[in-house]
Amino acid sequence: MATNTTSGGNADFIRNLGRMYGTYTGGFLAFIVLLAILEMVGVPNKVLGYLFVFFTLAVYAIIGVMTRTAELSEYYVAGRRVPAFYNGMATGADWMSAASFVGMAGTLFLLGYDGLAWVLGWTGGYVLVSVLIGPYLRKFGAYTVPDFMAFRFGGNVARMVAVIVLVACSFTYVTAQIFGTGIIASRFLGMQFELAVFAGLVGILLCAMLGGMRAVTWTQIAQYIVLIVAYLTPIIILSTKNYGIPIPELTYGKAIAAITAREQEMLATGLATAAALKPHVQPFINYSPLNFFGIIFCMMVGTASLPHILMRYFTTPSVREARQSVAWSLFFIFLLYFSAPAYAAFSKLEVYTNIIGRDLSSVRPWMFAWGELNLIQVCGKAAASIDAIKAACAAIPNHPGVVRLQDFVINTDVIVLSTPEIAGLPYVISGLVAAGGLAAALSTADGLLLAIANALSHDIYYKMIDPNAATIRRLTVARALLVIVAVGAAATAATRPSDILAMVGWAFSLAMAGNFPALVMGIWWKRATTKGAVAGMIAGFGLCIFYLVCTRYFPGMGVKYFGMTSLLNATTGMPLVDITAAMALPNAMEAWPTLAHPLANKVGWFNLNNINCGLLGMPLGFLVIYVVSLMDKEPSAEMQAYVDEIRKPRGRTVLEEKT
Amino acid sequence: MAQPDSKENQEAHWNRTTRLMFTHLGAWLFFGYIVHMFVIPLNKIVIPILDFPLGFYMAAQGSLIAFVVMLFMFARQQDQIDREHGYAEDD
Repeated sequence: MATNTTSGGNADFIRNLGRMYGTYTGGFLAFIVLLAILEMVGVPNKVLGYLFVFFTLAVYAIIGVMTRTAELSEYYVAGRRVPAFYNGMATGADWMSAASFVGMAGTLFLLGYDGLAWVLGWTGGYVLVSVLIGPYLRKFGAYTVPDFMAFRFGGNVARMVAVIVLVACSFTYVTAQIFGTGIIASRFLGMQFELAVFAGLVGILLCAMLGGMRAVTWTQIAQYIVLIVAYLTPIIILSTKNYGIPIPELTYGKAIAAITAREQEMLATGLATAAALKPHVQPFINYSPLNFFGIIFCMMVGTASLPHILMRYFTTPSVREARQSVAWSLFFIFLLYFSAPAYAAFSKLEVYTNIIGRDLSSVRPWMFAWGELNLIQVCGKAAASIDAIKAACAAIPNHPGVVRLQDFVINTDVIVLSTPEIAGLPYVISGLVAAGGLAAALSTADGLLLAIANALSHDIYYKMIDPNAATIRRLTVARALLVIVAVGAAATAATRPSDILAMVGWAFSLAMAGNFPALVMGIWWKRATTKGAVAGMIAGFGLCIFYLVCTRYFPGMGVKYFGMTSLLNATTGMPLVDITAAMALPNAMEAWPTLAHPLANKVGWFNLNNINCGLLGMPLGFLVIYVVSLMDKEPSAEMQAYVDEIRKPRGRTVLEEKT
Repeated sequence: MAQPDSKENQEAHWNRTTRLMFTHLGAWLFFGYIVHMFVIPLNKIVIPILDFPLGFYMAAQGSLIAFVVMLFMFARQQDQIDREHGYAEDD
């Protein structure tokens, strides 16, 4: 079936999709029931966890091998025949990473209202994808985003710049995903972290290597089903238990009201100090309004500039379906994102009522499993057992013997992972959540790896090095590069780089500063010229990366030479660090290796977090494209006619790849 | 209907497309930013029965629902424009 691309076979394949994935979903649910029965008859938890992970990985690998291909258009754009609905599901899995699945609810738990900046930023960007960019790139007929840049902006300079932007923003992102698979596998299966990273790598390669985009598309759909079932099951059960309605998105309003009431009570009874308590619904206490709206804006515009998302819309059969597909994508993403705040609220209510204020000897036992891993601390020590927290709190002078808010520290990853236990659910649900987190990390890693490897094989190798390469050779190079990039990313992840999670946020800003102005102007302004676009991309991307690197790794120089000042605390408006004192230290001008630099990430211009560097780079990119283009000669009539073609859905694609 | 390849038709199609683009960007600006600038006064209103403060609800769910609805509407509206100018793909 691998190379069966006769039109009859295809039509059957597409027609049968509903039945195939329906059967698959049913099989998956039956599998969960089977494991639940195994659990009841006494099969140990660890075995259940392994069964979950290996069963789901095996399914992805089987789909990956079955959809292998020897055709270029199948490898690069899945033959352009993925229906809008299914492409939406695949994009959902592509989009939602380990950070969304495991981290988002934890962020909302910690930051309350301010954390919603991420929820808004990671959804609203799809409006820009559909209205400004995606459908036009589909009509253009590219294999990769740099393909479009090269054609519209005449040649390999634009292509090269676009490839650099693509690799810069995708590589850190994929490293974070592989890091995420390592964390999940090591936590649930007790594997060694490094080993888990390379096990995840094998899973990723099995999906992507043989079938490229085609294989990744059909596995991502399977992964979406696993991840959404896994994410929604625990809170649906919890909501039914506590409020009698199985729709957590409606019932968590009551939890929020209870949290707000409890916050007042804790302040009144001395269980919390005003400094330690951050009211859940109160805005702008963690981010200043500028940074709150800056994050929303950067994440939204970044969404519309990330190559691994844009390339998903190259796979639909028509421009019309590309637009519908964006809508379905956001619908499937929305299902998870509008549930994340429910996780945060339920968890917080549990912590505030059943841990804070409890006598030390009667806190809920679910927290000790996480305390053993040092993910929950009470009184500054890992909360591994009742004796451990008693001893830790006894060491604090005048401790009242009940857990106070300021005594309690929780790692954000625990929120989603511990919810099944909080709800008193059997272990099988915890295993399900682990499988879901793994699906989220693997699917995103697949999409990103493919974006990088395709840019290297198609844009660098085929378009710039050997334009006469035969199909077999191009596919071999594409697969070899995929393996090399994947191993490189896994090796980077295995070193546990400390900045890895922050870098995901940076990827959005970098993509936004480098790609967005050139993409939008290339489609919406015929007058944009090659020189303008190249200059604009370099200027925008350059400014953004300068701001990031300078504030993170060379803050001393930023203060001394570039007039940067301390960022301000959002609640008090006071500077985060005393610049004069820090600059007087002997290591003030030290850079790169000193990760603990007192000024790192704490200086900048206009009180702007470095995660928002796209706010500086993108406007500069637009301005430079505009000014340089006007100074340059008008693009040829032929190029302007091509732009007209991109704007009309009907007709052939502008770029016709020979295969 | 004008001739599909005539310059007038092409310009009319693009003008309507551009107008639709700005309409949706306006709605995006409203639901993505403007409504959240009023979160503090909106939080004083509590949605009956569900107990959500309205400002919090808009950021957690309201705007998200608006984005999803907008995207399905946009796909229909743009397709309508393409059809009326003869630029839509065959079904």
